[in-house]
Amino acid sequence: MSPEEICQALKSKFGEAISDTVLESPRPYAVVAADKWVQVATHLRDAPNLGFNFLRCISAIDLLADDKLACVYDLMAISAVSATTVMTVPHVFAVRVVTERKNPSISSVAHIWPAADWHEREAFDMMGIDFPGHPNLVRILCPEDWEGHPLRKDYAFPLEYHGIPGTTEHELMSPRH
Amino acid sequence: MMTSLDWALNWARSSSIWPMTFGLACCAIEMMAVGASRFDIDRFGAGAFRATPRQSDLMIVAGTVTYKMASRLKRLYNQMPEPKYVMAMGACTVGGGPYFKHGYHVVKGVDLVVPVDIYIPGCPPRPEALLEGLIRLQDKIRHESRAIDRVADENKALLAAAV
Repeated sequence: MSPEEICQALKSKFGEAISDTVLESPRPYAVVAADKWVQVATHLRDAPNLGFNFLRCISAIDLLADDKLACVYDLMAISAVSATTVMTVPHVFAVRVVTERKNPSISSVAHIWPAADWHEREAFDMMGIDFPGHPNLVRILCPEDWEGHPLRKDYAFPLEYHGIPGTTEHELMSPRH
Repeated sequence: MMTSLDWALNWARSSSIWPMTFGLACCAIEMMAVGASRFDIDRFGAGAFRATPRQSDLMIVAGTVTYKMASRLKRLYNQMPEPKYVMAMGACTVGGGPYFKHGYHVVKGVDLVVPVDIYIPGCPPRPEALLEGLIRLQDKIRHESRAIDRVADENKALLAAAV
């Protein structure tokens, strides 16, 4: 199915939960409301014409200008191959879920796609997005007692960690983008 | 003041420095190249890489040190018996390296964690550069004396730190 058809199918089923679709980019995506995300995700995986059974990646985005955080889910449908069916080209799609920067929270889809487990842990570690329903939401890269979420655009480097100084001479406190 | 006993001990210690394998990142590949046949570190007596800190004289910190790794690095350094030496190999251990500006989790130089004897710049340093560092360390050991305390004053606080 082409991205237009996928967006049409989603819009006809979920209506306003699909707030926006972007089809002209190299990676077409649909914007889904955060409170309906679990239903849309289940439908994306289980509907026979969609069948997105493979979550390739979750990317967290810091939209500082809009005061929001977003997660982009890259989905792929790996068609079943058997002796009688012809292997079709797997179709890909992306979904963006946007949330507020103050208390960022997106429902976890770890029970739908197992790959989401660690990807959501990394999004929590690096951006601070909370995923209610996640089986084990702890930091995955930084140590457990690390303060702050490093990949946010307004992150300030720590001055010291367990007695080791953070920066040496230049007093560089934040990465300059 | 060096006695002939000092001379003998220093000759023995410098001719058989046993390094500990502490390859953390890319510099470890160059360290492996030094241990292999073309650049042979064994001809300097330092070819016996020990996996345990208890039997090693030299810790070659080869690779980027992160804050998470720093506590483990200090622990392994504490487990080495005296006399022990540390060689900071590569730009990351010398002063943070390419991660100096944006690396939020990189220790900006391993001398913030353990006292360092030899610094080898490079990203990664050539195997010959590592061998030159080893030879300079051998020179340093040959000029030691039992009568002089080996730990410099600025490093005493570093050694006493908890991490």
